[in-house]
Amino acid sequence: MVKVEFLGPINQETLEIEAKTLADVANALQEIETVSSWLEKCAVAVNDEMTNDLNKVLNSGDRVSILPPVCGG
Amino acid sequence: MELYHGALDVKEIFNRWLEEENASNYGAYIPFVGTIRAEDNIEALSFDIYEPVLQSWFDSWVKKAESRGAKVKMAHAIGDVPVHTSSYISAVFSPKRRVALELIDEFVEDFKANAPIWKYDVIDGKRIYAEDRSTPMSGSGLLS
Repeated sequence: MVKVEFLGPINQETLEIEAKTLADVANALQEIETVSSWLEKCAVAVNDEMTNDLNKVLNSGDRVSILPPVCGG
Repeated sequence: MELYHGALDVKEIFNRWLEEENASNYGAYIPFVGTIRAEDNIEALSFDIYEPVLQSWFDSWVKKAESRGAKVKMAHAIGDVPVHTSSYISAVFSPKRRVALELIDEFVEDFKANAPIWKYDVIDGKRIYAEDRSTPMSGSGLLS
């Protein structure tokens, strides 16, 4: 199981899902109505490291963070 | 990197940073201060921060600055920051002005685009996500 957490304004509790890669996470999240519309605009971190690799292998206990559009300052 | 709950004490931070680098022989100190403007009936802006990724982002800028002989510093607020007070300060110190002028521009622009901070307008005590002013971070859309 991996943990998927939604940061900032995304109104979704942390999920625990079965996923071997980030592509599996993508498939799971696309099915969730409150989340799917955010995905196009969101970046991804695994264990607090930003990633661009959909084939990234995930291990049990890994933490995937979903980061919506930002505006600091 | 410094994070504070509520508005920043700009003078204290300015002066302390100046004193910290007093003996470092930098010829230029260029601060940038972000102050909350009164507009669109807001009482305050409010901020969420994801600290672990913000820290990595900042650390990469510390290294980038070091490679050019410079130093960057940053302070940001968490939670509500009333209008006419400040939520963000960054600064660059460098031996000569040119590097500092260039770095402060790059540093602040990249901050706006890639620092994991979320902004909300506070109107009638309610937090409203500033979606129209927000920018998707690099690599967005990976899971769509």
